Amino acid sequence: MDLNNVVKIPIGPQHPCLKEPACFTVSLNGERLAGLDLRLGYNHRGIEKAAESRTYIQNIYLIERVCGICSHSHPSCYIQCVEQIAGLEVPARGRYLRSLIGELERVHSHLLWLGVAAYEIGFETLLMYSWRDREVVMDILAMLTGNRVNYAANVIGGANRDITEDHKKDILKAVDVLEERTKYYIEVATEEATLIARLSNVGYISLDDVKLMGTAGPTARASGLDYDVRRDDPYAAYKDIPFKVITDTHCDVYGRALVRVGELMESYKMIRHIIQNIPDGPIAVKAPRKIPAGEAISRYEAPRGEDVHYVRSNGTDKPERVRVRAPTMVNLLSVPKMLEGDNLADVPITIAAIDPCFSCTDRAIRVSDLDGGNAKVMTWNETRRFGIDWYRKNGIDFTDLNKRLAGRMR
Amino acid sequence: MKKPGKMLSEMFKNVAKAPATTSYPFTKAEMPKDFRGQIVFTSENCIGCNICVRDCPAAAICITKQGEEKIFGAYFDLDVCIYCAQCVLSCPKKALSVSPNFELAQLTRSGFRVVFPAKPKPPKVDGDKPAEGQVAPTTSA
Repeated sequence: MDLNNVVKIPIGPQHPCLKEPACFTVSLNGERLAGLDLRLGYNHRGIEKAAESRTYIQNIYLIERVCGICSHSHPSCYIQCVEQIAGLEVPARGRYLRSLIGELERVHSHLLWLGVAAYEIGFETLLMYSWRDREVVMDILAMLTGNRVNYAANVIGGANRDITEDHKKDILKAVDVLEERTKYYIEVATEEATLIARLSNVGYISLDDVKLMGTAGPTARASGLDYDVRRDDPYAAYKDIPFKVITDTHCDVYGRALVRVGELMESYKMIRHIIQNIPDGPIAVKAPRKIPAGEAISRYEAPRGEDVHYVRSNGTDKPERVRVRAPTMVNLLSVPKMLEGDNLADVPITIAAIDPCFSCTDRAIRVSDLDGGNAKVMTWNETRRFGIDWYRKNGIDFTDLNKRLAGRMR
Repeated sequence: MKKPGKMLSEMFKNVAKAPATTSYPFTKAEMPKDFRGQIVFTSENCIGCNICVRDCPAAAICITKQGEEKIFGAYFDLDVCIYCAQCVLSCPKKALSVSPNFELAQLTRSGFRVVFPAKPKPPKVDGDKPAEGQVAPTTSA
């Protein structure tokens, strides 16, 4: 590699191929990638710290907003921790309801991914149709939980809302429609020549590398790793629900697409099984407001991969520490490996193929002096002041704009 | 078997179909029955326990006491409300309920404060139990 010819191009923090801010600095040798440097932290919202000053009940809604797409996975995972510490046994119907919403969420997330991936490769017809079909499952989620996103379907000790016979009929009807559509998408994915040509051998990562980097979810399963938390460490009602773990040996973006559409078909089967076999009884047990001292870790198979939460309690009604590890964190690490030797044009689809969510991922931040390497802690007001001064120093002053905006708001 | 143009037939099928989108402001959007829209407060049922205020993740509720008697009003700041309906779940006397009203945009910030004035309680039937008939959620679209 001739180092004199290496050109560095920043992709992000604001870039058309990214839906959320993250910075990928790409080193290019001609059209080929010579290296990739990843920088996160543009979406840090201080959720873990905020969780320490809220009660366990309030935290359900805060943790739910870690991610808009996995808005059932994160609170479920957090609540599993709290229930484990408090020693609560969720009734069978509550566990089934959790699995039901979890699978509906997976359906909507994978259909969304299919659209995003199609968009990244310029196949906008597929984007439009898959997002139109996604509305079917969004309507079902709105009907069951009262919200299209951020369902708040959980309470500590069980589920929030019960389903009725009418709901069951509507869900089965919607699943029939979606299954037929997904069969068509599988046909498209396996027969459409342009799609196969564009996705094959892009973003290749071998099984050994997947194991080395700890890659999770459909990204890992597309490289042949036969691992799924729902089967290997069952939570909610997954112990009673038969399903197949979809794996693929393509190891590239095409394999990841096949795994996701395959998982859609499994999800429909699971939803039907849940509807037919959901036991009667209470949906939740009463939970205490104060959780006894203790700590717990729990895992959850989110649509994007394995989600891990840790909660430490100290006997009050507020947790002492909440830690969220989203699947994107581990999957991002494998992106530089996937892109080794690929073209610049493959960067957007390879990043999109891990189904990244940077808001999920941005958890901790450490401000350090680049010269001395000394860590520095800033209060909120200091950080604000620092930002204003930094922009002023660079010739940007928001004072007038702020005044104008404030005048308009009144 | 690889062949290009797999989606062409689908496209042609959709040429003759009506659009999947709706022309929203002109055709009314219908929300499901239990949609988590604006919260409605029934003053007659409120006992002023303030559990909703304590549980609200967004600090959007304030329960106000009127005079010396146990009559309570409430106001909601809809600009900070996250429509999670935890208050409805927490309320022990069903003084709060969800309504499917989702068209809540305002031109001024002050318009987001929704005030429910305190109303005197209906005559008691037996003991401290509030009348169950007051509970019905408002279903005005």
